[in-house]
Amino acid sequence: MAEVYIPAMLRELTGGRATVAAAGATVREVVDDLERQWPGIRDRLLEGGRLRPNLSVAVDGEVSPLGLREVVDPASEVHFLAAIKGGMSGK
Amino acid sequence: MSEEEYAVIGTRPVRHDGADKVTGRALYGADYQAAGLLHGHILRSPHAHARILRIDTSKAMALAGVKAVVTAADFPQVPDRLVDLGEGNVPLSYVRGNLLALGKALYRGHAVAAVAAVSAHIAEEAAGLIEVEYEPLPSVLTAPDAMQEGAPLLHGGLKTKELGQATDRTSNVAEHLRFAMGDIDAGFAAADIVVEREFRTATVHQGYIEPHAATALWNSDGRVLVWCSTQGAFVVRDVTACVLDLPVSRVKVTPMEIGGGFGGKIPVYLEPVAALLSRKTGRPVKMVMSRKDVFEATGPTPGSYIRVKMGVRSDGRIVAAQAYLAYEAGAYPGSMVVPGAMCIFAAYDIANIAIDGYDVVVNKPSTAAYRAPGATNAAFAAETVVDEIAEKLGNDPIEFRLRNAAKQGTRRADGPKYRRIGCIEVLETIKRHPHYNAPLEGPNRGRGVAVGFWFNIGFPSSCTISVNADGTVSLVEGSTDIGGTRTSIAMQAAEVLGIPAEDVNPSVADTDSIGYTAVTGGSRTTFATGWAAWEAAQDVMRQLKGRAAKLWEVDAGLVTEEAGVFRSGDKALTFRELAARLAETGGPVVGRGAVNPKGVGGSFSGAISDVEVDPETGKVTILRFTSVQDVGKAIHPSYVEGQMQGGSVQGIGWALNEEYYMSPDGAMLNSSFLDYRMPTALDLPMIDTAIVEVPNPGHPFGVRGVGEANIVPPPAAIANAIYRAAGVRMRRLPMNPPAIMEEIWKQRD
Repeated sequence: MAEVYIPAMLRELTGGRATVAAAGATVREVVDDLERQWPGIRDRLLEGGRLRPNLSVAVDGEVSPLGLREVVDPASEVHFLAAIKGGMSGK
Repeated sequence: MSEEEYAVIGTRPVRHDGADKVTGRALYGADYQAAGLLHGHILRSPHAHARILRIDTSKAMALAGVKAVVTAADFPQVPDRLVDLGEGNVPLSYVRGNLLALGKALYRGHAVAAVAAVSAHIAEEAAGLIEVEYEPLPSVLTAPDAMQEGAPLLHGGLKTKELGQATDRTSNVAEHLRFAMGDIDAGFAAADIVVEREFRTATVHQGYIEPHAATALWNSDGRVLVWCSTQGAFVVRDVTACVLDLPVSRVKVTPMEIGGGFGGKIPVYLEPVAALLSRKTGRPVKMVMSRKDVFEATGPTPGSYIRVKMGVRSDGRIVAAQAYLAYEAGAYPGSMVVPGAMCIFAAYDIANIAIDGYDVVVNKPSTAAYRAPGATNAAFAAETVVDEIAEKLGNDPIEFRLRNAAKQGTRRADGPKYRRIGCIEVLETIKRHPHYNAPLEGPNRGRGVAVGFWFNIGFPSSCTISVNADGTVSLVEGSTDIGGTRTSIAMQAAEVLGIPAEDVNPSVADTDSIGYTAVTGGSRTTFATGWAAWEAAQDVMRQLKGRAAKLWEVDAGLVTEEAGVFRSGDKALTFRELAARLAETGGPVVGRGAVNPKGVGGSFSGAISDVEVDPETGKVTILRFTSVQDVGKAIHPSYVEGQMQGGSVQGIGWALNEEYYMSPDGAMLNSSFLDYRMPTALDLPMIDTAIVEVPNPGHPFGVRGVGEANIVPPPAAIANAIYRAAGVRMRRLPMNPPAIMEEIWKQRD
């Protein structure tokens, strides 16, 4: 199963755990498995079925432009990160 | 280090746009001309915070020569929503509200109304006739003040978000983020030395030489045509379309040449307003900012308050690091606190980290990106503490950093592990550099070092390459060229095509003529658009092999290519010879490349600074300065050196002089280049450079991106040099003569 790093501000939902194991062939499936294990976490990660605005996902150290569709290997590390904008201007 | 041999990459051809720029023929935003052109002028708020009770435009409209006046009420009144502008989702109301204030002015200089007239002078005079009734409100200018209980609130409904989730707290804190790794308490418990310091950095402006300029025509066919100075034509298109409630296909943006941006020409300020005025008049409307407008109404970088606490064992290992960062967002949320928090300890391998960041709205212009946004503030704090710890341990500052340096596999504070990075190689280069090893003699002189990081970004880019019958190619791309990227992109295509860089004719296209391309920013252009050019060139070569196969009547799989020569058996054709025969083999050859790449490689940079401090006046003279940076692969070393020198000079400006000098009621008192003191060639020695090449395995040529990391370490390196010269630790930017004398006098007392 992939190793998922839980953002510090969501660890209240995982009993304080910084990393948890989750199954899935894509990030979306990993999120589904997280929700099964830690109810409520999906709503903190997704909005309307998409990654929340201002969140991005990194698989094996690389921020993925594919987001929830990114392929996840059982040996992968998955991180949910604050999104960095192109040129870093949100305004 | 890079050992690949290339024919074009790594050489120094003359830049393709050089002749037009040195002869003054290049056309910038304000140069655009059109029949029937009107001139716009914006009326700006004289108050830092005020309710707008009434706007009466009748006297302005009555002035001869005035054709139209607009206010925020003229924008399509569509409900607020998050809009994806290709760089993240932002509320439409913030974008619209910064273009023309609705209900409240949130900073001095906030646009309130705009006029179009037959001349710029009449437009300016008419703007002065617009009557605005304000109810001034108390203002708040710094993050710590804005975070106080009872501080004036800029946005009544602003709830603090935590990782995108709104809390029930109403305040000026738009966002709170936290990175945590390991056990911070255990880390500090294991430390033999703990140093905790607080820092403040001033609001500073990018100081690009060309003010913002835009012309818009709302055409009779319903399309909006824009010509402007921007770092991202597609961002201008998307923002203009969103604000005017149009499909993106109804807006076409043509980027003019750009006279500097450094992140400050990503936001949109003028184009939708010019378009509104054009719709009312049926004529093209040009708007050009004054320098005062640029300072008071465009996005500087955030001022900040930072606390750093670091714990180290007596063996020299950093075991705990904690930071609190409060960044001023300006009038609307979105400061650079996230990248600041990501970068603050990025140069080090530390097991226990806790970082809290706060994005805080204040009554200043809405901040924008500025070259490694957020990272320079953060490095000033962290690298000053690192220097102090090295001194307490009696360590050489580079040796101490090497002992703790991040490397491949080090986990960053925000989570992911580094892939191949060049932090150690940068530090080793400093250690070996003649500058670092040269004696520094004389009183009141000192040497300081620092390192910094910028992660760089990918994002989408597009490129097409058309083969001409004379063996040259025309390359079309969507990245506006700020620092010579036409050439760095053309060189990557030339390398694949096996032709000289001079045989590639690069041009930057409008938004109808090239695929989506994200902004020129985040040090992404040579990386990502270069990658698109690489793909387009590969596509050309695939097609040309097919054409050669047709000529030779062999299977395409039997055609090989090396250094621009196609071969099959004893037959051979050069690129130029084959290009001349396209008509007889199937017609034009056009290659395309469209990417949204992963494989981004972060860049580390270091600075060595020698200074002399006048103990009677506090004046700092930079005696010698060296910039060291891992760039992955230097496509055009001269441009790489230029970026390193430019970033260093801007960092020196942050360090010694630059700040928004504000009155207590929120007026910027130094909004001209006479009073906002940027360093000039007369203030500086030659900036020496040392290029480090640790290729990025994620890019076809190993490119990392070079434009930003170089600004990160200079203020800290200079602060550390000042300490050795004058014996005072500076913890506030700028370190101008009054600030230094204050510290010297404190020490004397």
